[in-house]
Amino acid sequence: MIKLIIISHQRNLEGYVGFANLPNQVYRKSVKRGFEFTLMVVGESGLGKSTLINSLFLTDLYSKDYPGPSQRIKKTVQVEQSKVLIKEGGVQLTLTIVDTPGFGDAVDNSNCWQPVINYIDSKCEDFLNAESRVNRRSMPDNRVHCCLYFIAPSGHGLKPLDIEFMKRLHDKVNVIPLIAKADTLTPEECQLFKKQIMKEIQEHKIKIYEFPDTEDDDDNKLIRKIKEKMPLAVVGSNVVIEVNGKKVRGRQYPWGVAEVENGEHCDFTVLRNMLIRTHMQDLKDVTNNVHYENYRSKKLAAVTCNGVDTSKTKGQLTKSPLAQMEEERREHVMKMKKMEAEMEQVFEMKVKEKKQKLKDSEAELERRHEQMKRNLEAQYKELEEKRRVFEEEKANWEAQQRILEQQKLDASKTMEKNKKKGKIF
Amino acid sequence: AAEMRIAKMEGEGARAVPLAGHVGFDSMPDQLVNKSVNHGFCFNILCVGETGLGKSTLMDTLFNTKFEGEPTQHNQPGVTLKSNTYELQESNVRLKLTVVNTVGFGDQINKEDSYKSIVEFIDAQFEAYLQEELKIKRTLHSYHDTRIHACLYFIAPTGHSLKSLDLVTMKKLDSKVNIIPIIAKSDAISKSELAKFKIKITSELVSNGVQIYQFPTDDESVAEINSTMNSHLPFAVVGSTEEVKIGNKMVKARQYPWGTVQVENENHCDFVKLREMLIRVNMEDLREQTHTRHYELYRRCKLEEMGFKDTDPDSKPFSLQETYEAKRNEFMGELQKKEEEMRQMFVQRVKEKEAELKEAEKELHEKFDRLKKLHQDEKKKLEEKKKSLDDELNTFKQKKTAAELLQNQAQQAGGSTTLKRDKERKK
Repeated sequence: MIKLIIISHQRNLEGYVGFANLPNQVYRKSVKRGFEFTLMVVGESGLGKSTLINSLFLTDLYSKDYPGPSQRIKKTVQVEQSKVLIKEGGVQLTLTIVDTPGFGDAVDNSNCWQPVINYIDSKCEDFLNAESRVNRRSMPDNRVHCCLYFIAPSGHGLKPLDIEFMKRLHDKVNVIPLIAKADTLTPEECQLFKKQIMKEIQEHKIKIYEFPDTEDDDDNKLIRKIKEKMPLAVVGSNVVIEVNGKKVRGRQYPWGVAEVENGEHCDFTVLRNMLIRTHMQDLKDVTNNVHYENYRSKKLAAVTCNGVDTSKTKGQLTKSPLAQMEEERREHVMKMKKMEAEMEQVFEMKVKEKKQKLKDSEAELERRHEQMKRNLEAQYKELEEKRRVFEEEKANWEAQQRILEQQKLDASKTMEKNKKKGKIF
Repeated sequence: AAEMRIAKMEGEGARAVPLAGHVGFDSMPDQLVNKSVNHGFCFNILCVGETGLGKSTLMDTLFNTKFEGEPTQHNQPGVTLKSNTYELQESNVRLKLTVVNTVGFGDQINKEDSYKSIVEFIDAQFEAYLQEELKIKRTLHSYHDTRIHACLYFIAPTGHSLKSLDLVTMKKLDSKVNIIPIIAKSDAISKSELAKFKIKITSELVSNGVQIYQFPTDDESVAEINSTMNSHLPFAVVGSTEEVKIGNKMVKARQYPWGTVQVENENHCDFVKLREMLIRVNMEDLREQTHTRHYELYRRCKLEEMGFKDTDPDSKPFSLQETYEAKRNEFMGELQKKEEEMRQMFVQRVKEKEAELKEAEKELHEKFDRLKKLHQDEKKKLEEKKKSLDDELNTFKQKKTAAELLQNQAQQAGGSTTLKRDKERKK
């Protein structure tokens, strides 16, 4: 049904349809809308987080008036956000930096990741609720798009806290581990450290943010180069120093200047290019399409499959909850029909039984009644017969008597006559 | 003090800060554009209009392609929608274009229901998207969006006014889709008639409250051209895939004995304007409006219909969880109630039937009790008769015995008398 039709004419020539202009339309609209990005930084105090943020965004996000997380000493881990609006080349970006003062600074750091997880989840929850409303307005995206995790430059390997944190957060947010204050490591030490860290990350099956492959081979080569440098070792600075006539951001040591933007000194530019210039949109997309969807499907599955056994729910996850309710309704209707049919059957059967019993009982009574009637009739007949006999006998006897009487009468009459005639003396 | 300030900041929203150099996020629009280009675009057009108004030809002309299809006959029993999807590519941009045609529109004698299948089709696409959006495990990112982004409404070039079918249909569609009315086969109308026709159409649309799509004027870069174009609506178009040589160029045209109508000549018709607005300038806006306005309206109505609310009776906002749970409980409660009702009904029937049968049983017993009583009475009568017979017998016996006794006595006496008599006689 779908075949490819190529209208590969150039602009402003005949035959040009014009939908090749769509990207420009998208560009225009996105600039008008403006962009949002939420970046989370996590790590112990003193690892240079605030300095790095300031360096990345070339601004005093953290300053005396708005101190960075390490300056805000907390008894427990807090999660705090600062929102700034920055403009460049006509493009407006609302940048939210989420930091976690107090992380890893206590003596007992068990569960210090929990406030972080809670924060990330609550932002997802806000978005889910906004998305699920009946009346939806514009939905501001405050979800955490990227989490920079600062590893102390011990040179040895990951600390248990590092491992624990990354394991717990890798399926909730894009985690990008960084080696902080990398200017305390020599290149060789740094190489070894990186290798060790990546080995441990793989061992613990931690999923850090992965750069997607593109269709462009050149881009892929670059991406592969970046991947080899992971985790990126960074240096930040708020200070601008003059080196060889150039003004650069750097850290001045007696033995030289560690330049922030020098690729041979550290991976700062790699991080900046990747995080801001090339992959910011992808970080947002992965957050939206993967991490948020995971959160959402878990949340909704818990809500709508309450109490239903899991063997049934597996197939139900691909349906919308409303469709699922529809199906449940249909199932119930069928169940009811079946139940109704069964009850009807039982009912009919019982009625039949009862009716049959009644019939039998009637027949029995009928029968008995008949019998009694016949009995009675027989007796009647008998009586009739007896009476007839009696009547006959009686009639005979009475007839006899009457004859005798007559005779007697005749006799007495004759005697009388004779008497009168004088025959009798 | 620092904490308080930070808290205040969080409550206020973003504060603007200056940048000390080039950070590089001005590449964000490009990043976004690259992603969309890689992903590909999709656009869905619905063509509504009577058979023979040149809908297919116009699509072919707009997209410079011969799309498949035979011209339809006029004998369709109802309005059906036929949809075809094509993969187009222009320079590096891939577009999945779906063209939906209304087949048989306006051909029936009774056209009252003509709009229905169109509305149903549009709603069905919204519904499909809504279902996908509501799924627990969903893949919105790779979902093929079939929602109609633009509806080209073809008006017959009568030169007079809109037909009532047009008004009725457009009124039914204006809250569901972006309507772009066009005057079809406009080479049948002269320039002066056309101006009057456009004014008439526009005023009829306004007086009937039909909301047609307005090209957006909120973006400065396109505000001017869009507002100019808005004043040219409805566009009077001519479509043609035939090419005619004009000068030394081959142009799309329709050749008449009295001249040649050039499709892309802005003096001859508004085809170029339509193409400019529909494709080159506002395609993305049409998609956006469909998603943020028409779809949202559909979704809201659908959810409200099903009883979903954003706030409970006390106006406290519901969380998604609460809404779903409340819905589900209500639903389960309903089902249970139905079950109970059915059970109750059966219990009732059983009771009634039992009472009925008991009545019948009672009647039966009464009947037989009566018969029995009758029988008893008969029996009694019989006994009485028997008794009276027996009495009579006894009486008779007594009588007989008494009489015999008398007779014997008499006979003895009479015997002596007779004897005497006999003796006498003998003497």
